[in-house]
Amino acid sequence: MIEMKNVSKKYINGVQALTNINLKIEKGDFAFLVGPSGAGKSTFIKLMLKEEEPSEGMIYLDNKDITKLSRRKTPFLRRNIGVIFQDFRLLPNKTVFENVAFAMEIIESSSKEIRRQVPMVLGMVGLSERANQYPHQLSGGEKQRVSIARAIVNNPSILIADEPTGNLDPETAWEIMKVLRQINRRGTTILMVTHAKDIVDVMQQRVIALEKGRIIRDEQRGAYGYED
Amino acid sequence: MKIRTVKYILKQGVLGLWRNRGMSVASISSVSASLIVLGLIITLVLNINNVATLTQTHFDTIQVYVQDNLSEKETVNIGKAIEGIDGVQLVEYESKEQALLNMRERWGEQGYLLESLEENPLPNSYIIHLENIELADDVVLSIKSVEGIDEVKYYKEIIQNMLRIAGFIRTVGLILIFILTLVAMFIISNTVKLALNARRQEINIMKYVGATNWFIRWPFIMEGIVLGLIGAITALLIVHFGYQYTFDIITARFTAIFSAYLIPIEEMMKKTILMFTVLGTGVGALGSIISLRKHLNV
Repeated sequence: MIEMKNVSKKYINGVQALTNINLKIEKGDFAFLVGPSGAGKSTFIKLMLKEEEPSEGMIYLDNKDITKLSRRKTPFLRRNIGVIFQDFRLLPNKTVFENVAFAMEIIESSSKEIRRQVPMVLGMVGLSERANQYPHQLSGGEKQRVSIARAIVNNPSILIADEPTGNLDPETAWEIMKVLRQINRRGTTILMVTHAKDIVDVMQQRVIALEKGRIIRDEQRGAYGYED
Repeated sequence: MKIRTVKYILKQGVLGLWRNRGMSVASISSVSASLIVLGLIITLVLNINNVATLTQTHFDTIQVYVQDNLSEKETVNIGKAIEGIDGVQLVEYESKEQALLNMRERWGEQGYLLESLEENPLPNSYIIHLENIELADDVVLSIKSVEGIDEVKYYKEIIQNMLRIAGFIRTVGLILIFILTLVAMFIISNTVKLALNARRQEINIMKYVGATNWFIRWPFIMEGIVLGLIGAITALLIVHFGYQYTFDIITARFTAIFSAYLIPIEEMMKKTILMFTVLGTGVGALGSIISLRKHLNV
């Protein structure tokens, strides 16, 4: 569950990135965040990950106001949010298995848990066969699936996807969407930032459109709504 | 912290060190260099102080060596003459036989060396106690004018000079160590900066997956500590063998008399091991913390 109440963000350099944002994304929802560059999408994500603090307003994740959370507790907040990026961000000198296991190692999971959990999520994203390969041996779609596996291996309640299909051809993009949809069906809230009009239009999910730091549209079963 | 985590931190720390071998060697050398200088200064100052203290027991006395070819009566007369000088409180006679006995006692274990002497080389002497140390210079002057005296020894100036030199070495040394330590810290913080840059991507992912700040920082601090520790061990080895080598040379060249005044190597090492280890790891840890503060915003 994500909720923002009267959230505004003005950077120190004077840029007003977000203005008076009010929204609520229920647990298990699938929502797209769309809008032109500079609309405030990145700031939106940074606020959720507590990389930035809002200038005004309150942000609730699972009913907890994260703006009141101390910096020391930020890592524990992030353990509850998985993130994937357009550029995958895999570690090149680690295998697929190690890349996913890395996310568990750094939160001090036991090796027993790692041995159980990693193969399971690799199975979910369809990469069981690739466990011992290195990122450079994988296609773009496979790399993104590894990064999804890494993002969900610690069972976060929210998954943020920052243009996950931006570097992929349409066919591969749809494979990724299938994986995300499947994860969503298991109860994980998904917020996906995207410019992919066709995907948004076909998926028929909630669409939140940002422009100049304000929400200009918020529709259940929406469409992309921009001509690129 | 779990054992797994400790292992991870150690492994990452050593790995980082290995990735930047060149800088690691530079860091280790710089820590070693400053600790070796520290070792040198400690050695000098402690030994000089040691000699000074040992000599200090003679501080308030003046030793007068009597010429060897004098008759007993002439020797006694010299004693009387000295007793008459102003400022002299007490005059003790030490025959050459007694002097040899005393020396054997002072040398302790090495006393057997004196048994091989065919002839007693030591002179008869008077040991003079003064009413007041301030009078030493005047008294010495008067004694020197007495007939039949071979040599007058008194230690006031020597001791003062030694202590002055020790103090000087300590001051200059501390300044030098301060500068060298800063240099070492600077080099270590640069090494850690390179390690940080090499792992930027990894750190970025760690942040998103929810690694705690300390979990991210520890491997780098560990790297600094390991660098400092290796530097300290290197310095300890060099100081140990250097001291032993010098000790042996001095013993060989200047006979055992001199080495009796030197602090034995075991005692030197006892004093330095803990100090070097603490300083080395401290400099290493501090160097990397400085670097983390500047270059890592978690």
